[in-house]
Amino acid sequence: MKKEQVEAIKNDPNFQELVTKRSTFAWTLTIAMLVVYFAFILTIAFNPSALGAPLSSDSVTTIGIPIGIFIIVFAFVLTGIYVRRANSEFDDLTAKIKKTAKENE
Amino acid sequence: MVAKIFLFLSLSMAMVYASGALEGEVEQQPLNMSAIVMFLLFVGGTLGITYWAAKRTKTAKDFYTAGGGITGFQNGMAIAGDYMSAASFLGISGLVYLKGYDGLIYSIGFLVGWPIILFLVAEQLRNLGKYTFADVASYRLRQTPIRSLAASGSIATVILYLIAQMVGSGKLIQLLFGLQYEVAVILVGVLMILYVTFGGMLATTWVQIIKAFLLLSGATFMAIAVMAHFDFSFGSLFATATEMKGIEIMSPGGLVSDPISAISLAIALMFGTAGLPHILMRFFTVGDAKEARKSVFYATGFIGYFYILTFIIGFGAIVMVFKNPEYLDLAKQAVSGGSPILGGNNMAAIHLSHAVGGDFFLGFISAVAFATILAVVSGLTLAGASAVSHDLYASVIKKGKADGMAEMKVSRYATVALGIVAILMGIAFEKQNIAFVVGLAFAIAASANFPILFLSMYWKKLTTRGAVIGGSLGLATAVMLVILGPIVWVQILGNEEAIFPYKYPALFSVSVSFIGIWFFSITDKSDNAAKEIEAYEAQFVRSQTGIGAEGAVDH
Repeated sequence: MKKEQVEAIKNDPNFQELVTKRSTFAWTLTIAMLVVYFAFILTIAFNPSALGAPLSSDSVTTIGIPIGIFIIVFAFVLTGIYVRRANSEFDDLTAKIKKTAKENE
Repeated sequence: MVAKIFLFLSLSMAMVYASGALEGEVEQQPLNMSAIVMFLLFVGGTLGITYWAAKRTKTAKDFYTAGGGITGFQNGMAIAGDYMSAASFLGISGLVYLKGYDGLIYSIGFLVGWPIILFLVAEQLRNLGKYTFADVASYRLRQTPIRSLAASGSIATVILYLIAQMVGSGKLIQLLFGLQYEVAVILVGVLMILYVTFGGMLATTWVQIIKAFLLLSGATFMAIAVMAHFDFSFGSLFATATEMKGIEIMSPGGLVSDPISAISLAIALMFGTAGLPHILMRFFTVGDAKEARKSVFYATGFIGYFYILTFIIGFGAIVMVFKNPEYLDLAKQAVSGGSPILGGNNMAAIHLSHAVGGDFFLGFISAVAFATILAVVSGLTLAGASAVSHDLYASVIKKGKADGMAEMKVSRYATVALGIVAILMGIAFEKQNIAFVVGLAFAIAASANFPILFLSMYWKKLTTRGAVIGGSLGLATAVMLVILGPIVWVQILGNEEAIFPYKYPALFSVSVSFIGIWFFSITDKSDNAAKEIEAYEAQFVRSQTGIGAEGAVDH
């Protein structure tokens, strides 16, 4: 890519919108995943018995089981949320940026 | 008729750490005919695919990336296949069988890296790279030093991983099929060389997809059979399991005890996954960033589903295998008491397959376990060979002037060489304690490969000097701390106390790497550094938009 082309794309409002929106979104989801996972792993490190509490008085199933399964499902759902928005909104913006770049060539 | 088996598994943490291995002495088993027939069917089918793929593998791009024409769904399945190695199937279900809840903690650690790879790495990688992750790391930095370092990191990771897989496969096959250890290792090595040299990435990917499908189907069947036994009530499955093994299996049991180990393990798993060369390479097999994203979505779904299955399988084994006289290792019980099962705890899933589906299903699961090993070593070898041919030969030695055909030839030679190295190492390490090997591979991937890759994408001020010095420091720290840690220093070298007290060095080695890269970059005032910083803008635009990125080829 030539320097002028890089500058032109960088000044394209669509590009700025894409970069801001995507990085905010990606980092928000990353932090959400990290918070959930580290809350889990640090609970195990500092207070493991919290996860060993039974779901009800007559059950052997502990609260840790649904929490663990929840984290697996949560990870999958987060990827789904990201892909959904990226494949529509972000890809539309990218297509616009590419079109403008082509016209300016 | 059950032969005596002496398999003393030391189910240490590092073994289950990723795709650990079976250890200790294994006595050969009688030939298992149904397993062998099903395995031969798999080998026949995959060699057919290799023949088909070989005719379509004409250029270097075909060889490295299957022409870039794999769909997101197929690639997601292949990524999941790379991740669901035989040892992660047997190791995690074995850990659940042994410790219950602790097995789930491990599974979660392996999974959470995936969303982060998607959010921060996948698209950028696809937009910037061609065949290897070193393409991205060296995009605006000096080719020779960065490629050399990235290739060293890749080859080290691949060889360590291969050793673990080869030793594990030799023992597993000896146990399941009744083949001699050396024969098993040579068989795996030769088949893998055939797949990769002739079929390249296309054959490797399809072998991986088929195996992932078989493994998921087999595990699903086992989990359903277990749940059917309990009228699909988790409550009664857990209640019966705790009657057998006690209530402790329902809560965290101290595998991850102190905060430093917990955080260090988390970092190793997350950053290590994002630095494994054979996984990163898969992102170049899809057509564009959109397909790259979809692959991670599907991969995360398959892997998460698989871990939920292994959890059910582990608990199923507690109920149906534990204390079942059919699977009891009488010889071992006579020596050490308790209720040891034949072949050790990592055989829990294998015995369960027999308990729920008889000899036929046992044969199926054994064949799938063998197929899994083959597929995983093929992916690893291809990644290692690409580092040799694309990074070292084409970029470092030929300074980017090698023609595609010569490069492809070199990668085929490299595949054969790596295959031979893997066979020899597999035989040499037969009786060694290799529990640390996969842990070391993950530590290197997290400390050397990942920081350079990540900062090259996100940090403008990264310079060649910073990347080379910081990455090398991270690599050296990881290797040193593993050697000084409890597994190598105490268990293998027989010293009294570990100099470095933690099993997982990642927290320290990754920090050293990032700090080293940062410091030696910001203090780099050379003209070259200024140019590299200036080149960030163009790289950033391409990484965000994909303008100028490698496209797919039509066949």
